[in-house]
Amino acid sequence: MSKQFHPNNYKDTAKTYQPRPNVFLNCLKAFFVGGLICVIGQGLIQLYSTVFDFTEKEAGNPTLTTLILISAILTGFGVYDKLGQFAGAGSAVPVTGFANTITSAALEHKSEGLVLGVASNMFKLAGPVIVFGVVSAYIVGVIRYLIQQLM
Amino acid sequence: MRKMGTQTWLFENKIYVNGASTISGPREKDGPLGHTFDYSYDDLYCGEKNWELAERKLLQHSIDVCLQKAKVTKDQVDLFLSGDLLNQNVTANYVARTLPIPYLCMFGACSTSMETTAVASALVDAKFADYAIAATSSHNATAERQFRYPTEYGAQKPLTATTTVTGAGSSLISRNRSDIRIESATIGKVMDYQIGDPFDLGSAMAPAAYDTIKTHFQDLGRTPEDYDLILTGDLSAVGSPILKDMLKEDGFHVEDIHNDSGSMIYNSEQPVLAGGSGCACSSLVTYGYVFNQLRKGMFNRVFIVATGALMSPVMIQQNETIPTIAHGVVFMREEMSE
Repeated sequence: MSKQFHPNNYKDTAKTYQPRPNVFLNCLKAFFVGGLICVIGQGLIQLYSTVFDFTEKEAGNPTLTTLILISAILTGFGVYDKLGQFAGAGSAVPVTGFANTITSAALEHKSEGLVLGVASNMFKLAGPVIVFGVVSAYIVGVIRYLIQQLM
Repeated sequence: MRKMGTQTWLFENKIYVNGASTISGPREKDGPLGHTFDYSYDDLYCGEKNWELAERKLLQHSIDVCLQKAKVTKDQVDLFLSGDLLNQNVTANYVARTLPIPYLCMFGACSTSMETTAVASALVDAKFADYAIAATSSHNATAERQFRYPTEYGAQKPLTATTTVTGAGSSLISRNRSDIRIESATIGKVMDYQIGDPFDLGSAMAPAAYDTIKTHFQDLGRTPEDYDLILTGDLSAVGSPILKDMLKEDGFHVEDIHNDSGSMIYNSEQPVLAGGSGCACSSLVTYGYVFNQLRKGMFNRVFIVATGALMSPVMIQQNETIPTIAHGVVFMREEMSE
């Protein structure tokens, strides 16, 4: 057997057979879908602050909740995973993506019961985000405190 | 002689497929081979409450149809050999619980279709059984959940990823003459060429298919010209060209006669990335399309090489690579008019 298919080199050889993703097109899709989700969010802020009398700061929370609700419903109808395959980071990074990780895991484990199925598994994918979010917030907070003391 | 060369079994008695069945899910029905399946369900739940139950229904249904076609009752069957992709082989075990048949559970990941067929043939050949059923199943949603992410999770999969086929296939094997004969089988070795990407199983499995096919030729002193078709299980669009190039280096030119079940079961418009995979991928294509072609006389001798990635998500997280295996079985057309 030639060198290229030798077990030690196989991994590199196999790479040459893999279809290459179109990075530019993927970025473009992610930009537009992610952007569209943000535009919808902005529209909701306008709606809540003009029609419902929230201040612009207060309008943030109902906007997030609405986006999460939309994402959860789209996940339940089997749309969000298709959107994710199309848009990649564009639909994974916004809060809707976070909502999708929780809803999809909850749906997946529904058959194992409400407590040990849904409740104990729904943060399976979102858990690391929360853990590292809290830990990094703590570290940044300590650094900020130290800098404030020194100044 | 029963053992040929190093890894090949040549059956002494004439072993036949008395009946074979294919039950598929909705996406497979829409594929180019949809018309060859005995029955296709219109939704992934198959009328059941959850996906695990749906997969069991597929397997149960395929066994029923297989026995009906062979005109054999459950009581006549001496052995049931089955396996699937789920932990503890739950689909096969729970279906076996409903059958009055002695049972051997097997696991070879997606190679289980030919693993069960090879072992069943050997046991029938050795007269440990008169009738044996070899059956496998896989289900897109149960496999996704076990090996990857929740089904509705919106992560982007790479183009090398495959799509698990939903379906089940069964065959009834005996020494009673029929139009399809099982001639020989080559049992594969576990190969690991250091691929650790669970979204690129085609590349991981190509060396296993290469080793089994090459050994088969050497053990029986044959060449690709002796076959009308060499069908791999689920190497997909990525693994198939690697296999062909590896065999070419050893002087085996299979370009014209090789095909891959994973590349045949869906059409190019379907959103399946690199193609189909799963135990049902090779069994649906083999027991449906390939057997039809054998019966029609379009093929005389075919070599079905089911490939399996012996992957565990825990091992992947521990930075292990993916061991793979391939088992091959030779089916031949038997002239019934003699």
